[in-house]
Amino acid sequence: MGDPPPDPEPHPQQPSSRRSSQVPQRRSRELSLPQTSISEEVPQTPFDGPAMQSSQGILASQTNLQDWSSGPPLTAQENLAMFPTEEAQLGGVEYPSLNMGFPSELQPQPYLEEGGMQAARNVSLMLQQLQQGQGSLFQQLDSAYLETQPDYLGQFNMYQGEDLQFDQGVPHGPYVRDDPTLQYSPSELGFMPFSAEVPEPEPRELAVQNAKAYLLQTSAGCSLSLYEHLVNLLTKILNQRPEDPLSILESLNRTTQWEWFHPKLDTMRDDPEMEHTYEMAERQKGLFLRSSAGGEGEQEMEEEVAETAVPNIMETAFYFEQAGVGLSSDESFRIFMALKQLVEQQPIHTCRFWGKILGLSRSYLVAEVEFREGEEEGEEEEVEEMMEGGEGLDPHDEEEGEEDEEKVTDVIPKPMWRPPPIVPKEESRSGTNKYLYFVCNEPGRPWTRLPHVTPLQIVQARKIKKFFTGYLDAPIISFPPFPGNEANYLRAQIARISAATHISPLGFYQFSEEEGDEEEEGGSGRDSYEENPDFEGIPVLELVDSMANWVHHTQHILPQGRCTWVNPLQKLEEEEELGEEEEKADEGMEEMEQEVGPPLLTPLSEDAEIMHVSPWTARLSCSLCPQYSVAVVRSNLWPGAYAYASGKKFENIYIGWGHKYSPENFNPPLPAPIQHEYPSSPDVMEMSDPTVEEEQALKAAQEQALAAAEEEEEDEEEDEDEDLDD
Amino acid sequence: MDAESLLLSLELASGSGQGLSPDRRASLLTSLMLVKRDYRYDRVLFWGRILGLVADYYIAQGLSEDQLAPRKTLYRRGRGRKLGNQDPGDVVGSLNCMEWSLLPPATEEMVVQTSVVKGRFMGDPSHEYEHTELQKMSEGEKVFEEEVVVQIKEETRLVSVIDQIDKAVAVIPRGALFKTPFGPIHVNRTFEGLSLSEAKKLSSYFHFREPVELKNKTLLEKADLDPSLDFMDPLEHDIPKGSWSIQMERGNALVVLRSLLWPGLTFFHAPRTKNYGYIYVGTGEKNIDLPFML
Repeated sequence: MGDPPPDPEPHPQQPSSRRSSQVPQRRSRELSLPQTSISEEVPQTPFDGPAMQSSQGILASQTNLQDWSSGPPLTAQENLAMFPTEEAQLGGVEYPSLNMGFPSELQPQPYLEEGGMQAARNVSLMLQQLQQGQGSLFQQLDSAYLETQPDYLGQFNMYQGEDLQFDQGVPHGPYVRDDPTLQYSPSELGFMPFSAEVPEPEPRELAVQNAKAYLLQTSAGCSLSLYEHLVNLLTKILNQRPEDPLSILESLNRTTQWEWFHPKLDTMRDDPEMEHTYEMAERQKGLFLRSSAGGEGEQEMEEEVAETAVPNIMETAFYFEQAGVGLSSDESFRIFMALKQLVEQQPIHTCRFWGKILGLSRSYLVAEVEFREGEEEGEEEEVEEMMEGGEGLDPHDEEEGEEDEEKVTDVIPKPMWRPPPIVPKEESRSGTNKYLYFVCNEPGRPWTRLPHVTPLQIVQARKIKKFFTGYLDAPIISFPPFPGNEANYLRAQIARISAATHISPLGFYQFSEEEGDEEEEGGSGRDSYEENPDFEGIPVLELVDSMANWVHHTQHILPQGRCTWVNPLQKLEEEEELGEEEEKADEGMEEMEQEVGPPLLTPLSEDAEIMHVSPWTARLSCSLCPQYSVAVVRSNLWPGAYAYASGKKFENIYIGWGHKYSPENFNPPLPAPIQHEYPSSPDVMEMSDPTVEEEQALKAAQEQALAAAEEEEEDEEEDEDEDLDD
Repeated sequence: MDAESLLLSLELASGSGQGLSPDRRASLLTSLMLVKRDYRYDRVLFWGRILGLVADYYIAQGLSEDQLAPRKTLYRRGRGRKLGNQDPGDVVGSLNCMEWSLLPPATEEMVVQTSVVKGRFMGDPSHEYEHTELQKMSEGEKVFEEEVVVQIKEETRLVSVIDQIDKAVAVIPRGALFKTPFGPIHVNRTFEGLSLSEAKKLSSYFHFREPVELKNKTLLEKADLDPSLDFMDPLEHDIPKGSWSIQMERGNALVVLRSLLWPGLTFFHAPRTKNYGYIYVGTGEKNIDLPFML
């Protein structure tokens, strides 16, 4: 912080001139500065022991004192009182402050004798510093140094700011204080006493000391004193040097306080808040590790390069980014790594990133997957067994019920209601269950397989509209009740979205050459397609212009909930016998009409309009450079479904909440009407309950009868007795 | 989101799936800079994008020094395409994408008037929606109802929708703005971000609008508030309850709030950093089915 200042020449100045010329300055950290009224005696610059450095700066004393309306008037004596304590800290190296511009008639402080401290501050020095707006902290200057000449200013302008905390001061350099004769001209300091007596502290000093003591006090609730806090605050400001600090003073104040009470933790201790984040990062780190099966690095590389089921997600992400859709590139890469992990874990033939469905607490990343040929889905079998077991229980209950019924005298008529026939779900690898879907919440988390979807679930899913929470086992509470939990609902929505919005340029897919299947399948159309090797690609402008250049390559879902129609009545006969009555009832049911939907590979121009508006919007990704842009098609029916095509490449993606767009409000179906009661017939006749009077009358009659019977018995007994007696 | 940190903000908000293509980003960066210069705004926010059937609207807002003063809204049409087969004569030309037009401020009547319009935005600001109303006309002593066809311009609808979205779901984290005793509200330059535990609570986020609910708080509640920081309504007590979805993304390094009432509004904040912002990319329609969906 510079060299100790050389001996300044003493510079006597009139206090008045100093006072008048003093410019309001920033408060120094020396808040214990006495607020001396200028009209009074010489203001003292109290001595801040810890901050005492090589005493380069000059404390802003008077100006601050002028501004400072609070605080007791300090007298010189306070200074005196304070100093002994501080001196004790510093080994007595420090020196009390200078008297600032005291009138010449004042005696300098007796403590000055210790180091021969100069009594009179160098007013002009301060003035010049102030005027220069140095804003450096003023420190206790050894009062020995009066500085008149500007050269010295540089040293005094030292910015002590780096560490203004409670440093134990470095013992000051070779201040030539000890020899007062060198410093002061006798004319000024003749009055300076070098006696060893300790004079009485003047009122001003006492005031200063009181003020400082007041500022240093801490309350029971808080160990931070105002003094310390203000020191911290000013240190912070000087360290960081923000622009226009006055405007953010309150915020800085708050921040400084907060920092005091929330110190940075030890490097050895873990931050409890960040644990979860670190955990997630660890998990994601696992994604990036190469699987180290075997030590043959090169061979693995070759194998991997040859063929992998994982698609080129980054390329897809790039094209979608041109369209303004999609997740950020690092997220896409993580998804890519997660898919790679999935491919390694499961026997997967083809794999595609289907999209992202947003949920309330968590979101779902969905992968569309096709297992290799012949891979049995073990889970499916388990599920089927459970279902069959469930069905087996029902007739059992019915039998028991029948037995009970026979015991009861009243024959309760059986309900007429029969559950509607269950439409069987589609086989794996066909129709809605053509692909398997895996979901995970975040890349790095394990992938969970979604169960196959049943037609009933699709039908019910069409009737409800619910947000996904993010937890697969969450129940769906809705009316009409959804048969399943969130995993089933998610699967149903995925099926609907896939069927409605998976499109490809015309000609990319073609039907296989086999014909003659139409009749057998009952007019439901072909359900298989293959890639067209001769596909040339459609120019982007044409793709954008006409919707006829795009086709659906997934089957439309019929109102039944399946892609191929199945007559549920036929199945009924094969199910467990329900009895003759029920068969008759079935015949009364309406015959189901075969449902027909648009065949595979229908162009989009055939799609039904929503409110006179096309359900698709096509756009060029960038009209500034049409030669390199891609064609982007956005679905208006399922907001969030996008498809792009460029040259021979195309892809579909869905990122959204998973709901269909409807211009009307959602109207949940009303509850079913109340069922009719049984018509009164001789078997079943409804009678009103007996009223209280009737019951009492009955009871009275019964009692009478009972009493009469008892009397008769008694009479008989008496007769018998009499007979016996006789 | 702030135009100055546009790229980072777009990256952080990309979790909702909608963003901007690179060419749009580039053109936005330059044009927003020019807007700031021309209109002398203190801050320019890129508000978002309203998807129309034919073209999209890109919306920006300019703020003056006082952050809560009414914001000026500007819009720009993205390039549309020809209506094609439907109407060959009506070519929706492409405007120069660098020009922004100022929208008039929203008034109550506008909001009422446009509340009857349903459906998607077309993308053409001069498009007129027709709405037949039964208005009571009185001639002399007779009072009869007559069907009047009211024409509502899409621009009006745009203004009112933007205003509604702003009032309903514009979000700002607690501590990002502070109020001075003199009145104006400033950006807090010492805002270091919310901590992780605070970031997961809805009460640490405020509506970025004039407070409505504050006066209704009890005295006890008000005593706990800090008047320089808590001068806006928190999201906690929004009706319907649960209309905000709060999630952590990117492995807990980013908190994302999505509004379920206006789907498409995404607010993001990286805890312990200064990055935050919101963007609306959607169709501009309120989700009235929300109570059924929760």
